[in-house]
Amino acid sequence: MNNPRESGCAAYVEMNRRRWLGTLGTGIGTAWLTPFAEQLSRAAESKRDRPKSLLMIWLQGGPSQLETFDPHPGTLIGGDVKGIATSIPGIQIADTLPAVAQQLEHVSLVRSLISKEGDHERATYHLKTGWRPEPTIVHPAIGSIVCHHTKDNLEIPRHISILPTQWPARAGYLGPSFDAFQIGDPADPIPNLTRRVSETQLQQRAGPLLGALEHEFQRGRIADLDQSRTLHRTATTNALRMMSSQQLDAFDIQQESHALQADFGDHAFGRGCLAAIRLLEAGVRCVEVELSGWDSHINNHEIQSIKTSILDRALASTLVELRRREMFDQTVVFCGGEFGRTPTINPAGGRDHWPHGFSALLAGGKLRRGYVHGSTAANPDLTLLKSQRERAIDPSRLAEKLVSVPDLHATLLHALDIDYTAELVTPIGRPLKWSDGTHVTQLLQG
Amino acid sequence: MTVAKNKSKWSQNRFAQASLLCAAVAVALTLAGATLQARPAIRNPEHAFAPVLSEDFQQSLSRANRQLQELAEAVDGQLAPAADNLLIARRLSLALVGSGMSLEEMRALEDIPRDQQITWFTSYLVNDRRWADYFAERFSRAFVGTNDGAFLLFRKRKFNTWLADQLDQGTSYAEIVREMISAQGLWTDKPQVNFITATMDESSNGRADPVRLAGRTSRAFLAQRIDCLQCHDDFLGQLNFGDEQDVVSGRQEHFHRLAAFYAEAALPKMPLRGITDDGQAYEVELLSKPGKQTLTPDVPFAKSILNNEGSRRQQLAAWVTHPENRAFARSVVNRTWALMFGRPLVSPVDSIPLDDSVPPVLDTLATDFSQHDYDLRRLIYLIAETDAFRRSSRADFEITLAHEECWAVFPITQLRPEQVVGSVFQASKLTALDSSSSILTRLKIFGDTRSFLKRFGDRGDDEFDSDSVTIAQRLLLMNGNLVTEQTKVDLVNNASSRIAALVPDPAQAIELAFLCALNRRPSEIESLQFVDYLKDKRGDARSQALGDIYWAMINSTEFSWNH
Repeated sequence: MNNPRESGCAAYVEMNRRRWLGTLGTGIGTAWLTPFAEQLSRAAESKRDRPKSLLMIWLQGGPSQLETFDPHPGTLIGGDVKGIATSIPGIQIADTLPAVAQQLEHVSLVRSLISKEGDHERATYHLKTGWRPEPTIVHPAIGSIVCHHTKDNLEIPRHISILPTQWPARAGYLGPSFDAFQIGDPADPIPNLTRRVSETQLQQRAGPLLGALEHEFQRGRIADLDQSRTLHRTATTNALRMMSSQQLDAFDIQQESHALQADFGDHAFGRGCLAAIRLLEAGVRCVEVELSGWDSHINNHEIQSIKTSILDRALASTLVELRRREMFDQTVVFCGGEFGRTPTINPAGGRDHWPHGFSALLAGGKLRRGYVHGSTAANPDLTLLKSQRERAIDPSRLAEKLVSVPDLHATLLHALDIDYTAELVTPIGRPLKWSDGTHVTQLLQG
Repeated sequence: MTVAKNKSKWSQNRFAQASLLCAAVAVALTLAGATLQARPAIRNPEHAFAPVLSEDFQQSLSRANRQLQELAEAVDGQLAPAADNLLIARRLSLALVGSGMSLEEMRALEDIPRDQQITWFTSYLVNDRRWADYFAERFSRAFVGTNDGAFLLFRKRKFNTWLADQLDQGTSYAEIVREMISAQGLWTDKPQVNFITATMDESSNGRADPVRLAGRTSRAFLAQRIDCLQCHDDFLGQLNFGDEQDVVSGRQEHFHRLAAFYAEAALPKMPLRGITDDGQAYEVELLSKPGKQTLTPDVPFAKSILNNEGSRRQQLAAWVTHPENRAFARSVVNRTWALMFGRPLVSPVDSIPLDDSVPPVLDTLATDFSQHDYDLRRLIYLIAETDAFRRSSRADFEITLAHEECWAVFPITQLRPEQVVGSVFQASKLTALDSSSSILTRLKIFGDTRSFLKRFGDRGDDEFDSDSVTIAQRLLLMNGNLVTEQTKVDLVNNASSRIAALVPDPAQAIELAFLCALNRRPSEIESLQFVDYLKDKRGDARSQALGDIYWAMINSTEFSWNH
């Protein structure tokens, strides 16, 4: 009961917050809403009127299409996986995803994605940005583009990456302010958000002490130093505001019922998916939740089975919960990784990298429900596959209705109501579209 | 028999345990010895002033200063006054070793006659191994990027160490580049080969990627961004390989003929030979011609200085580094200028027009550089001696962006992430963190730096593009482990606590804290305010109060920006 938050005295928190933000003596520069005013404005903004948001369920390492969304059981390339019926008549997915199978009528599957990148880092860049890596420019991840298209008065970041490993979403030429804010397991405290000294001490530090230094530094230097150049003080003010924001509750999955938490699974990824829903509900524009460890060069079936056992309930529950909260139409969901895995199984029982026909799940927004796009050959000519090392693979002989990564991005952006053909002059003076692909009309609602 | 066997096994185990214990004790004693080892005093570098005394150095410097002054005519000749020497030295320290100065270094600097301080400090830094390591990392980003590269085929640390060794030994920059472009052998044995293997991956079938190498070569060594020509001719009129009389716009073929120099670099089937040249031709499909074309190597400009001696890569290396290839010297001058000022003379750093539409000072420095065997140290001296480098970032007239653009004032630029973390570490110590620091200290800094940079973010290959602060970065500096550790009450490790304990006079203590963290003395107003905060506090409360002041300084704009 010593904690004013626990005692329900929200006003105490806000009074304190305003008091010591006021002591900074710094011009904030941008107007911000009080939580009460913001709640009022949010109430007026019905969920259906909001700009669309993006949920990226990112499977880092290269999930096998054959052990997830595109199984070919009983064939030379099928491995140990079996098929399972889904809620779309006549369509099977791997038996490793039974809960997702029941949700298939609400989503689109793409089984014919192709890319030209077979290295993890480059392929991740390609899938997250829609562009192949270029030496002179860094393209923004799709979540950064979504945030760039909206203005919100959130006190928490609008682009969040949960459980990122090596390559979280970056904003590239849009600038670091559109980078994803990274957090770990939602069961743990948000990194660096808790003050490390008493509130009084922080008031002293961030108030008169910091204020005196800032005042001195400004003297005689370029006019309006903070707004015209550094934005350092503005960022400090925003960081302090976030530290005491009520909107941080969106990260707290303990506020959900135990039963719902259990539906998502007792693991970091499940908690990440549940937190993502809460964050999107609070107005965050893009959340990326990562499940890594799909790189199964050895013991493919075992590794893929372990990962799908985590993915299955969390993904299925995410799709259910988005609909239950009436967020499905306003949220575009992507679930996939940087490439798939080879149809052939290597001597170590593994599958290697395969960008010539792999799968992803798309849902929500303007995307079509209960549709499977493209297919891969169940009995491909294995002599074709052996030429992988010689870069001679022709994906069109192995899969149908091919969807390139740029086309995938164009489709996602279109489903998010973003004109992907619009051009932005990049910092190097080169005008660039948001995507140079073309949206796949079959994947969109008519 | 069984008893005898068991006894023998038991004594073997005992012997193994005793050996392990001895080894552990030996390691602990070695580490303790290294930690407690007395730190040598800062020594005056040999011939500290010799580089700047020569007549030709002074001629180049005078010309550069005159040209910089002419640039300031764009703002009616309004020039900022000279900055304080401590502030100039901070700029040098940030630029050359990636952190602010230590108190020990400032004391040594102030022992030198005032008019010689900056030259002495430049000499001190460029003769410190920290400089070679730091510059190697910066240049390495342009040469091989920041990607991890292919497992086993690319050894980035070996490459960086080799590069640092070359800089430390004073190898001509042209020689370093020639080695990278043309080297053969194993990437472990000849680390310069990693320039080639950095472009290989699982699917490259043992061949270097000529396209990526052509892009790297043109950007890193010639400051020509011709990557767009990989796919199509230049339709934006941005690439001109001729001159005013003979305009030659960039064509797809230009790029691919440059790439053709690298087509034969590959790993032979025989193992352990590393990269060799196998004579393979370069084939490509061009938009202008149907079908695959076999292209012979050629250079996009300055064709008259290309000769056909040696392998294709040796020919390219000789052409790139030819004294008459002005683009080569210009590119390194522009990058070095960017490292010292926080922004290049011509932006972006790797895109300089081939014609004369650049600030004349670029060519003055480039000519001096090429005429003195591409001596990077001399170039640094020359830039550090310019009036522009020594100007203040504040003035008694209203400063505008135009003043910064023509170098009439020192530009305010954001520190790069590694400079921020380096400065946090340095601020919390009284002595310089260098090769004479204890192994334990260096190990801790290495680990903490990696962890900090992971959260703070890394700028990647292009380090001079971004000036932006994020909330995540601010939270990390306000509440993160690193700053919390460096500002808490800790008499052994933290400068704030040591100053609080050892300096009873509040004004003196505040001055020392300012020197350590911001490398300057407090203003009168600051001194009054901070002394007031510190006075009447005793014991841990005093240490904590100074920790608060340290926290405020580390979180200030001034700390995170070069000025």
